[in-house]
Amino acid sequence: MRYLPKSPAERQQMLAEIGAGSIDDLFAVIPAEYRLARDLNVPRQQAESEIIRYFREAGARNTTGYTSFLGAGAYQHYRPVVIDSLAQRGEFLTSYTPYQAEITQGTLQAIFEFQTMIAELTGMDVANASMYDGSTGAAEAVLMAMRVTGRHRAVVARSVHPEYREVMATYLRHREMPVTEVDYVAGTGRVELEALEAAVTGETACVLVQSPNFFGVVEDIPALAEIAHRKGALLIVSIAEAVSLGVVRPPLEADIVSLEAQSFGVALSYGGPFCGVIAAREAYLRQMPGRLAGQTVDKDGNRGFVLTLSTREQHIRREKATSNICTNQALVALMATIFLTVYGREGMRELAVHNLAKADYAAKLLSAQPGVKLRFAGSPRLNEFVLETQEPAAAMNHRLLEERIIGGVELSRWYPELENATLWCATEVMPRERIDAAARVLSAGLVEV
Amino acid sequence: MAYPTKYRYTREHEWIVLDGAIGTIGITDYAQNSLGDIVYVDVPKVGDAVTANATFGSVESVKAVSDLYSPVTGTVTAVNEELKVAPDKINEAPHDTWIIKVELKDPAEWDKLLDAAAYEAFVTEETGK
Repeated sequence: MRYLPKSPAERQQMLAEIGAGSIDDLFAVIPAEYRLARDLNVPRQQAESEIIRYFREAGARNTTGYTSFLGAGAYQHYRPVVIDSLAQRGEFLTSYTPYQAEITQGTLQAIFEFQTMIAELTGMDVANASMYDGSTGAAEAVLMAMRVTGRHRAVVARSVHPEYREVMATYLRHREMPVTEVDYVAGTGRVELEALEAAVTGETACVLVQSPNFFGVVEDIPALAEIAHRKGALLIVSIAEAVSLGVVRPPLEADIVSLEAQSFGVALSYGGPFCGVIAAREAYLRQMPGRLAGQTVDKDGNRGFVLTLSTREQHIRREKATSNICTNQALVALMATIFLTVYGREGMRELAVHNLAKADYAAKLLSAQPGVKLRFAGSPRLNEFVLETQEPAAAMNHRLLEERIIGGVELSRWYPELENATLWCATEVMPRERIDAAARVLSAGLVEV
Repeated sequence: MAYPTKYRYTREHEWIVLDGAIGTIGITDYAQNSLGDIVYVDVPKVGDAVTANATFGSVESVKAVSDLYSPVTGTVTAVNEELKVAPDKINEAPHDTWIIKVELKDPAEWDKLLDAAAYEAFVTEETGK
């Protein structure tokens, strides 16, 4: 798609048509003192060749050849090349969001299939067309629970991604919705059930947990649901690592599932785009935020797709809309749809098992080094684990970096009690020899300190 | 369709009919006709409080969602469960299809509502605009 600027003659013609003498006349209603009387201080326009050279040079400054053990909500997985070949086709790319919904049947069908696969994976009845990301999805799920129950308090596990909790706090800031945080068990990393029991009252709208949680530990969903439901609260399960659904039992007892689908074929870029999605029980369908694609038949009985239940969205309901989200991540959801189609039921399982094996190998080998201990060792997990080192975490990561290895995320940033604890991730793309290399660096830790 | 004379009406197009202290509430023919095919009615629970001129629920048609405003203040004593499966009853017989029943806190509120003639005049004025 090319950007074609208007010629001066065309500008004059348009101005004449609406009876304005100049572009400045269009801004006459703004008092002169608030108008900028000079040109913006931006660099001059550049030729195509200059722009390409600029980006080549900037790209060359990227570091390459590093091995990253970072996870914590952003996961490296293999992306089959068919994803980009299909997602970048003009038919999808130019109609990336269905403004004229029913004209873009292909986009609607892709969204419908995305929703269907997400519902199957999560064990929920319905899934929406996608949210911005896992953090906004979790926050929206909490607001949804508030609408469903008519209650105004939330209980949130401290083991939910700290940044998800920050986003949620922003969403709730002006909602008068007090949040109670519930700690994790020091030995297992799982939600403290007794503390949860005490925190949930008859005024609690929902309990928000994450599984696998921020420490990579899989939570006991049936037990958590039981506690929430006993007091009439909804259970919201946030899933940051979607690949876990290949082997981890889906959160069937949850009322709402908020999923980050980045792991399904979405590249790790600086800050996104990611792809959240909310799935829920059918009874809560009308309180779901965002849009939904539905399947129907046209007047001749042919299968077709529509945007459905959009009467509660902003363009119709204005300030009374269920949510302030007025779009979805259609193109990113399409990537996830293609990813899931390529892997299929068996492939998803194999992929998850592969992750499990890689992380298990890394956790065992790294924690076998002197001065290194595996935290929450007995708990079920997928591809992330927490290491505790005698060596300060920053010093360890610095030494790893010299070997072109990016070590685990320092947890003390959000959990002061977890000093020198780091969160590591090893997915199917992590080469075994790089895990071995990291182990050699760690083993030298005590000697050098 | 004629507006029953024993009913009273709001400017938000709800009707109410009294039986002792219990008011039965629905939406008018004008309202259902403006909304089009009704697909869902969101109502409060029995025991919930409703306030005159404040929203107590919403009604969703294929093209819009509109708030329902309570004509009176009181407590919900019954909810029409039939609307969960057959919300289109409202389109078929708006003046015979109730949505909620409310025990009035202050029976004097009845007198502040529009009678059939006043409501009909109001609707004529609305549509004439």
